[in-house]
Amino acid sequence: MTQYSGQPDDSTVKYQPGDTVAVRVDNPGGHFRTPRYIQGQTGRVHKLCGIFPNPESLAYGGDGQPAQPLYRVEFSQSQVWSEYAGPSSDKIYVDIYQHWLEPATAVA
Amino acid sequence: MTRLNTSSNGHGDHDHEDHPGMAHDEELGYYALRARAMEALLVEKGVCSPTEIQNMVDRVEARSPADGARVVAHAWADPEYKALLLSDPEAALAQLGYSLPETTPKLDVVENTENVHNLVVCTLCSCYPRALLGRPPDWYKSFSYRSRAVIDPRGVMREFGLDVPAEVEVRVLDSTADLRYLVLPRRPEGTEGMSEDQLAELVTRDSMIGVTEVRAPESARAG
Amino acid sequence: MSQPHDRGGWPTEEPISQEEHVLSDWERRVDAMHNVLSEKGLRRTDEMRRAIESLDPETYEACSYYERWTAALEILLLEKGVITSDELDHKFEEVQSQVRS
Repeated sequence: MTQYSGQPDDSTVKYQPGDTVAVRVDNPGGHFRTPRYIQGQTGRVHKLCGIFPNPESLAYGGDGQPAQPLYRVEFSQSQVWSEYAGPSSDKIYVDIYQHWLEPATAVA
Repeated sequence: MTRLNTSSNGHGDHDHEDHPGMAHDEELGYYALRARAMEALLVEKGVCSPTEIQNMVDRVEARSPADGARVVAHAWADPEYKALLLSDPEAALAQLGYSLPETTPKLDVVENTENVHNLVVCTLCSCYPRALLGRPPDWYKSFSYRSRAVIDPRGVMREFGLDVPAEVEVRVLDSTADLRYLVLPRRPEGTEGMSEDQLAELVTRDSMIGVTEVRAPESARAG
Repeated sequence: MSQPHDRGGWPTEEPISQEEHVLSDWERRVDAMHNVLSEKGLRRTDEMRRAIESLDPETYEACSYYERWTAALEILLLEKGVITSDELDHKFEEVQSQVRS
């Protein structure tokens, strides 16, 4: 019973550091590693962490293929939380698998 | 309090409150006994031996924040080592005799500077750099830390006694996937003459998670 | 509505208790069992997370950390057929009667 949230077609690295990306909003119903609070947010790729078997498959005994590039994505805290109390320069970094990301244009 | 059973075994309606006559609730609670039963079955079936389990307990116990502290102190003392630790943590740790698991999770080291302060959390479970710090503290696993560290990191750090100035950028790292994070704290002023071993003694577990900073010893602060 | 494990940003003002509890022997052994089974290829971290996430929300909230690990271990061992629920129930009763006597 393999469950995939997205449709990870292959393991090709699609994003480069500095690229603007949006996190998909999804509730695939099974196991996934993209927290709710970051879904729908737009951020900037900080770096590629590596290419790892897909946890959404591994969690159900699958082989994790196609493996997914994993990115550390940087978000502005005051964009993520409307009530954020700290300075606008504060950041949050979340590691996100490629099939949860979509190309986006930078938010001013 | 009623302890609910897992739904998988069809006994969800049992009441697992403390049983009369049990002296130590913690030792003999429902889950402790459930675990004991599972261990006994694993042993009976030859899946693993009690010795293997005990050896694993010992292996896990052997890891502690002292390991991370040693790495941090070495990085403070040797700029070249610090550069390697930040760019290739695996190679840097191997130099000190630490081997990380060959598969996942990988370790990444993030540096606190005058301008940047890092704070680590795992909002989805309790991912933690166990290979270098041992088991996570209870507060790291608590619902309140997991909820608040992302939305109010400065408030959380204030609870730990650290007030990060507004001009310092706070970076929260949510370890959601295959990486674990170790914070390389700032070396406190007044520690220039200290040996690596003395420095390592100053480095606390909490400073390597990012909720606190490393403080110089009283003598150095007074001087 | 978020699942109970997906904690980030949940509204709470609750202070973070910095009190540490000394792990009980059974907690250390549950931790070790997970690691041993992992090394034997009988358990993966993602499977274990999925098992924990499958606990009903009340159980997730009420359980301590290693209680959740224990519940997850049970789910995985049954699911993989390493043990059966009859065997476990039987052994559980045996263990219970041992500690009562």
